[in-house]
Amino acid sequence: MGVEGIGARARRKEDKRFITGKGKYTDDMTVPGMGYAAFVRSPHAHAKIVSIDASAALDMPGVDAVLTGEQLVGDGIGNLICGWMIHSKDGSPMNMGAWRALEPEIVRHVGQAVAVVVADTAAQAKDAAEAVMVEYEELDAVIDPVAALEEGAPQLHPEAPNNLIYDWEIGHEAAANAAFDSAAHVTTMEIHNNRLAPNPMEPRAALAVYDTAEEHYTLYTTSQNPHVARLVLSAFYNVAPEHKLRVIAPDVGGGFGSKIYIYPEEMVCLWASKRVGRPVKWVCDRTEAFLTDAHGRDHRSVAEMALDADHNITGLRVKTVANLGAYMSLFSSSVPTYLYATLLSGQYNIPAIHANVKAVYTNTVPVDAYRGAGRPEATYLLERMMETAAREIGMDPAEFRRKNFIRSFPHQTPVIMCYDAGDYDTTLDAAMKAIDYAGFPARKAEAASRGKLRGIGFSCYIEACGIAPSAAVGSLGAGVGLWESAEVRVNPVGTIEVLTGSHSHGQGHETTFAQLISERFGLDMDAVSIVHGDTDKVQFGMGTYGSRSGAVGMSAIVKALDKVEAKAKKIAAHLMEAAEGDIQIEGGELKVAGTDKKLSFTEVALAAYTAHNLPEGMEPGLKEGAFYDPTNFTFPAGTYICEVEVDPETGKTEIIDFVAADDFGKIINPMIVEGQVHGGLTQGIGQALLENATYDDSGQLITASYMDYCMPRADDLPAQFQLSTHETLCPGNPLGMKGCGEAGAIGSPPAVINAITDAIENNALDMPATPEKVWQLCRAQMKMAAE
Amino acid sequence: MAHVSMSVNGKKVSGQVEDRTLLVNFIRETRNLTGTHVGCDTSQCGACVVHVNGKAVKSCTLLAVQADGADVVTIEGLANGANLHPVQAAFREHHGLQCGFCTPGMIMSAVDMINRYGPGNLDEKTIRHELEGNICRCTGYQNIVKAIKAASDEMAGMQQAAE
Repeated sequence: MGVEGIGARARRKEDKRFITGKGKYTDDMTVPGMGYAAFVRSPHAHAKIVSIDASAALDMPGVDAVLTGEQLVGDGIGNLICGWMIHSKDGSPMNMGAWRALEPEIVRHVGQAVAVVVADTAAQAKDAAEAVMVEYEELDAVIDPVAALEEGAPQLHPEAPNNLIYDWEIGHEAAANAAFDSAAHVTTMEIHNNRLAPNPMEPRAALAVYDTAEEHYTLYTTSQNPHVARLVLSAFYNVAPEHKLRVIAPDVGGGFGSKIYIYPEEMVCLWASKRVGRPVKWVCDRTEAFLTDAHGRDHRSVAEMALDADHNITGLRVKTVANLGAYMSLFSSSVPTYLYATLLSGQYNIPAIHANVKAVYTNTVPVDAYRGAGRPEATYLLERMMETAAREIGMDPAEFRRKNFIRSFPHQTPVIMCYDAGDYDTTLDAAMKAIDYAGFPARKAEAASRGKLRGIGFSCYIEACGIAPSAAVGSLGAGVGLWESAEVRVNPVGTIEVLTGSHSHGQGHETTFAQLISERFGLDMDAVSIVHGDTDKVQFGMGTYGSRSGAVGMSAIVKALDKVEAKAKKIAAHLMEAAEGDIQIEGGELKVAGTDKKLSFTEVALAAYTAHNLPEGMEPGLKEGAFYDPTNFTFPAGTYICEVEVDPETGKTEIIDFVAADDFGKIINPMIVEGQVHGGLTQGIGQALLENATYDDSGQLITASYMDYCMPRADDLPAQFQLSTHETLCPGNPLGMKGCGEAGAIGSPPAVINAITDAIENNALDMPATPEKVWQLCRAQMKMAAE
Repeated sequence: MAHVSMSVNGKKVSGQVEDRTLLVNFIRETRNLTGTHVGCDTSQCGACVVHVNGKAVKSCTLLAVQADGADVVTIEGLANGANLHPVQAAFREHHGLQCGFCTPGMIMSAVDMINRYGPGNLDEKTIRHELEGNICRCTGYQNIVKAIKAASDEMAGMQQAAE
């Protein structure tokens, strides 16, 4: 492949196996003698389990065992936990209800597992699961998070009276109230953020193997963070001791957050592999995925923005009810709090902010982080408010934003975050130029001549990535540190293996991380391998989520490379009898500056391992490790502009043009970054136009297959996204990186909705903007105009 | 149980299967060709697309017994030895994949699309319309569309050169 450095559009090293069908995903793994698991799931949203009769199932061909929650609890398997403690505004800790991997008493959402069957084949296991007779006594269910807080609502957990998990606040209420008391204009909106199913294309899967002689477990699974999975499975769930559990996350087919968490099914497979005495494999089908993968979003908010007479924003008040579903998933508590309300200042000078968030239990699938996690909710709320306020005061939406931009850094917001660097004018200018904002009125008029309504919408987003300084998140309630680790192993022949605690499930780490090494030592990309996803190979690491693998993961690699370079230079200086300071690394060689003396990287590596002639007291070998703990969050930001045409006869929205101008700091591989933005934009457009995880009043998920839940297809999208990147370096990490994985999903929904509401001149629109909803609003608008 | 026999990637294979065994399970489990994936179970996502008698088929929606006697090509049989098929090469060149899970089905659909329209006869709109039956959650499709167009045009050039 040659030497490919920082900034090169290097083609991906990992692609060959995927395009030839040689990728190795969890479901592709087999071990001799394995059986298959199938889960018995609740058909009710809320019910008491009266009895479970497995006798008929046990008599069916191939069936080894039917295991229930009673046995699970009896074996001392622990409850699933939420790992981020949030305290309510009165100082009390959050109210967490008990969550068992197999529920023995009360089911709280449709699809909750109550028993598992292990059989010789997957088909036999599924047949037998249907034959397990479970008698339920139905209870009233509550689906709507606002209704769940009302008096008399069905109660989910005794630990959480009134279904309230916490009642949390951030910012300064008195200061915010004062801003509203003296406001010249107040904009108020009720804003819903729709519920989404993450839907990575590879469904979750697990293959658990128990070695009776060694009392050792191996779990192959679809995880974004195998070490965290091992830690939680051992320390909290008591499934296996940490040193007797190997977790392997091989090729993983997308995650988007949903594969961060440790779910009941993976736990149960591990436990069952020992209890049944054979390896156990489970592969989720798509409907099970809809019913059990953590969903995303689902906020109900009321927001108010205060402006002075000069159109400066003086205050923001937000009240949000966040639906966390039936149980608290691993990081669920942090999403509507520290990942959401801390971003409510956006790109703007807002002197006073107060936000109150009530997190609520309902009889729905648990809700946790999904691509963007909290930041899309903040951006959607704020950017709809900005557009709406601009319309109300009769100001151009771009100029209203520009007037309120933060321009001096570092900038301390009223909601914890301290922005380190940014240039919001540049991305706004670039986006306006790319979409030809000045030419919009002419395009609108032309569209009108064809009977189409054309609209344009802005979104100036900011996000906090590179999560995060361990001490900072610890002080906010996180149960883990959020550093990353790396080990750089130079082999005796000079090839390099980098072991990273990050995990790639589509992000292309095998390429971008290798580019870093290729540039640093002038080595061919083919001489570098990236190793990840196996707790037996890789030192403890925190995994991949929150756009952190560049800013945090690569920073750890840089630290380890610094140590390798220093040692290699010492060895080279010793061998060439030169001063250490005169050694330069260039094109795969270590040279003595100003002379023709040089050694190849291979020669130096070999010398490190033969150890025949090393500097006095130096240990043999050339292998270094590092842990990197970030000093701050990073703050990617940018402007997205969407231009749509709405057909008032059908309500169908077509995205004519979509422009994204992003500041991700330093970019390693622009090709991969563009791919991340394309994907993020598409998920955001999916949220804005198509996707909605919908429950009926009884708690049945009526969008539980791809026939019912509408995800973007190729022809739902514009011919081309117009992308540009603008670099202000992040001062907090060695490469100046900010992260790019979530921006598209964070920034795009408000741009789309602002464009549609501009087109139809009606702001009463919630996501998804389905043709039916848009058509109704067009009708209402025409009626109003006629009256 | 039923006996099935078919050609998979040019090799004659046969075996005993349950009547309800899907072609995708036969390919994956009996032949250990795990490049063909199951993404949705309802014929929507296209991760399971293979070619049966030269046509793209969703192998999660065909019984193995229905493919008895057929000529089946999977993603593993597409390259000519070490030489990638132009569609495979174009997906890599244009970054038409991220997690790789939908990729085998995408590529098999794209090859079928180019075969049906004839190399060089695909435009962006047609490709997007033809991809109705293949879902990708990672890429936003833009680079997939680009890759298919590039491969189609390249194959037209190869055809011309051969004539």
